[in-house]
Amino acid sequence: MAISRDEVLKVATLSRIRLSDAEVDRLASQLSSILAYVEKLGELDTDAVEPLAHPLPLRNVLRPDEPKPSLSPQDAVGGAPDAADNFFRVPRVLDDGTGA
Amino acid sequence: MAPLNLTACQMREAMAKGDLSAREATDASLETIERLEPKIHAFLSLSPQTARRRATEIDDRRARGEDVGLLGGIPVAIKDNFCTADGRPTTCGSRILERWKAPYSAHVVERLEAEGAVIVGKTNLDEFAMGSSTENSAFGPTRNPWDLERVPGGSSGGSAAAVASRMVPLALGSDTGGSIRQPAALCGVVGLKPTYGLVSRYGLVAFASSLDQIGPFARTVGDAALLLRAVAGHDGRDSTSIPQAPPDYPATLEEPVQPLRIGVPKEFFGEGLDAAVEGAVREALGAYERLGARLVDVSLPHATDYAIATYYLVATSEASSNLARYDGVHYGRRASEYADMIEMYMRSRAEGFGDEVRRRVMLGTYALSAGYYDAYYKKAARVRRLIRRDYEAAFRRVDVVMGPTTPTPAFRLGEKTDDPLTMYLCDVYTVSCNLSGIAGLSLPCGFAKGGLPVGLQIIGDAMSEERLLRVARMYEREVNWTERRPPPCDGKA
Repeated sequence: MAISRDEVLKVATLSRIRLSDAEVDRLASQLSSILAYVEKLGELDTDAVEPLAHPLPLRNVLRPDEPKPSLSPQDAVGGAPDAADNFFRVPRVLDDGTGA
Repeated sequence: MAPLNLTACQMREAMAKGDLSAREATDASLETIERLEPKIHAFLSLSPQTARRRATEIDDRRARGEDVGLLGGIPVAIKDNFCTADGRPTTCGSRILERWKAPYSAHVVERLEAEGAVIVGKTNLDEFAMGSSTENSAFGPTRNPWDLERVPGGSSGGSAAAVASRMVPLALGSDTGGSIRQPAALCGVVGLKPTYGLVSRYGLVAFASSLDQIGPFARTVGDAALLLRAVAGHDGRDSTSIPQAPPDYPATLEEPVQPLRIGVPKEFFGEGLDAAVEGAVREALGAYERLGARLVDVSLPHATDYAIATYYLVATSEASSNLARYDGVHYGRRASEYADMIEMYMRSRAEGFGDEVRRRVMLGTYALSAGYYDAYYKKAARVRRLIRRDYEAAFRRVDVVMGPTTPTPAFRLGEKTDDPLTMYLCDVYTVSCNLSGIAGLSLPCGFAKGGLPVGLQIIGDAMSEERLLRVARMYEREVNWTERRPPPCDGKA
């Protein structure tokens, strides 16, 4: 199944990856051929088959709710490109109400 | 003496007897690396000072009569997608993490250190473990020691090449669709992907969380058993870690498996299989028959083409979710120019991710998106269950399944980079193991023309590593390929 340029752009936005025009074209072609290959799964009748998301039958593996040492706040933000006062600093997200 | 021509097991004995020190072994490893790295590029970072200090410390402890652990003083290498909190970067072969330093160490790294291993450096990989040739590394490919114009395989190409070229006797890699077994086959070494959940993934940078597993590379089965013993076992920090304690793999290694029924799947010997690879694998099967094993024809109808299609939907979907965290906020690279938050994400990821990573993230996003989820991801998850059922049925009739690890020997650098699908098909015999969560091992079984190694894959049911290693050892006792060395090790290249 071919994937169009528009769909590639839509998926790129969802994936948060900026693409040049040339990259969009190349990806449209490559993704189309990969999707054509995976179409073969349609040959198999799986109506009566439950999906298998995970190989192990483990569920809800929890430990007692006792606080234990973890990463310090400094370590947690230490690898960030921009951090201040144990916060990750990012461009403004919210409108400040002035209409700006 | 040439310490790096010893196996890890032989090094242990020599060190226990006082014939070899940890410092000598480490120095020899670092010298070999210095000599061969310009040709091979197995490593992304090295820690010579830390390694020497550690080796000296191990020697001192041994001199005081202290227990130095299973791997005391043995030089080892680890793939650069394992977090190490030693001040060195953990790059995952990606520009987006090029300078990132992990604030904690992976479970397996802690286990190696607890068992006295000397970690000499971190090895090259396809970016975020996505690839079958190590050509997707943002920092240049690794070359196959048997032919420097060819790939070592991937994604754990650096670890495989480091062991094959005798820089270290032991290395760890990770395997999501074949990334230990395939480079092991192409580099002529032993590589094992354990049962899902046997080795903790805590600190392994996630690619596909229901498929990823860490495993050993070594030149011999005994060494692989030793390294697996050192790192396997329950870890409370990984909620997918199997609770039961694993067996002592080295202890039972020399016991042959008798009777031994070997399943030979017809789907693993079909179109696309190189004649020389088939020849070497069939000779190996013949060797097993001479040892008393019985070959049984089996069929795994969903384990090849359907498995590749399943894998490239399941793994990419999981990857799109796992790699969403690389957004220029929490770790690694942030773009320098952007108008707003969304653009910051989009530029940071575009600048930081290579082509293959982008392709897979986008494929996964598409397969999970509204309107496509049922037809792609969910469909693939149903076929995944069919693949597992194929193996369950086979293991009711046979003890292990055998076939080639890869369809061809090592291919040339650049040969398969034009068409992604051509590269994906390298994993045709390996992906079904990861999808089923079962164990698989690649064992050297000969050479194709040009002196290129061939790997025999031995697949076992979940938690069958002990048996797999014993079965592999049966062949290794009869047919020894480990004396043959790649040209750079003989001073020929």
